Amino acid sequence: MKLIFALITGLVFGTGIAISGMMDPAKVLNFFDLAGTWDPSLAFVMGGALVITFFGYRLAWKRDAPLFGGCFQVPTGTDIDMKLVGGSALFGIGWGIAGFCPGAAIPALGTGRWEVALFLVAVVAGFYVRRLLSPAGSAKAAR
Amino acid sequence: MMFETAFTPFQSLGGGALIGLGAVLLMLGLGRIFGATGIMSGLVFFENREELSWRVALVIGMILGPVLLFAITGSMPALTIPVSPAMIVIGGVIVGLGASLGSGCTSGHGVCGLSRLSIRSLVAVPTFMATAAITVFLIRHVFGG
Repeated sequence: MKLIFALITGLVFGTGIAISGMMDPAKVLNFFDLAGTWDPSLAFVMGGALVITFFGYRLAWKRDAPLFGGCFQVPTGTDIDMKLVGGSALFGIGWGIAGFCPGAAIPALGTGRWEVALFLVAVVAGFYVRRLLSPAGSAKAAR
Repeated sequence: MMFETAFTPFQSLGGGALIGLGAVLLMLGLGRIFGATGIMSGLVFFENREELSWRVALVIGMILGPVLLFAITGSMPALTIPVSPAMIVIGGVIVGLGASLGSGCTSGHGVCGLSRLSIRSLVAVPTFMATAAITVFLIRHVFGG
């Protein structure tokens, strides 16, 4: 049951990515191109997602535990360090170059376009570069 | 290369709401943050074996998203790639490096982190939004790519 639930959850997310325009690099890059062919659509994607998540999370947390057991695991760190700022800055640069981000590219694999697979392989290569830089701190990659 | 893309406020809002619903479901059912970077690197590096099976199921579901849409509407979602394969590779490596260093990407920091009012995400999101916009400006309007 838990796995079917996870599959449906992924399907809801992936369908949302596909409908929203988030998986279309032309649209993503236009969102950032304020000085050119600007398309503000992605602000609506973020807005829609944030409203649902803001209230939905708080409803979910009214329960003592998740439906399928365990506990709610939420990152609790509050450190603002160079890794966070530098890593995020780099992430934005890469996003601006390629037009894909991981959460959009995974569903985009479903379209069968080879460029998407190429992007995801490159992302994995980036994960490895990160591990080469600091093998000790590699256990917790991301949330 | 620059392409005009149509402004799609309603579709984007609806799609965004579904993205949010996916994030809420993962929290409600499994108690986890919907961060694509964490989920992907967890799969690639076989981190945490007991987390592996739901991550695989989740990713399969994500990939089936556009397929479901195709089954319902008869057309695949638009996917126009205005950059060269070299830029996809360079951008991808930088995305992977940056997202793992910064502990998150658009889904983890952007959707899940901001809605939790996480201070780290409140710093991360404006940072990557700004560098993405600067990068696009430089590529399109300064270097004329």
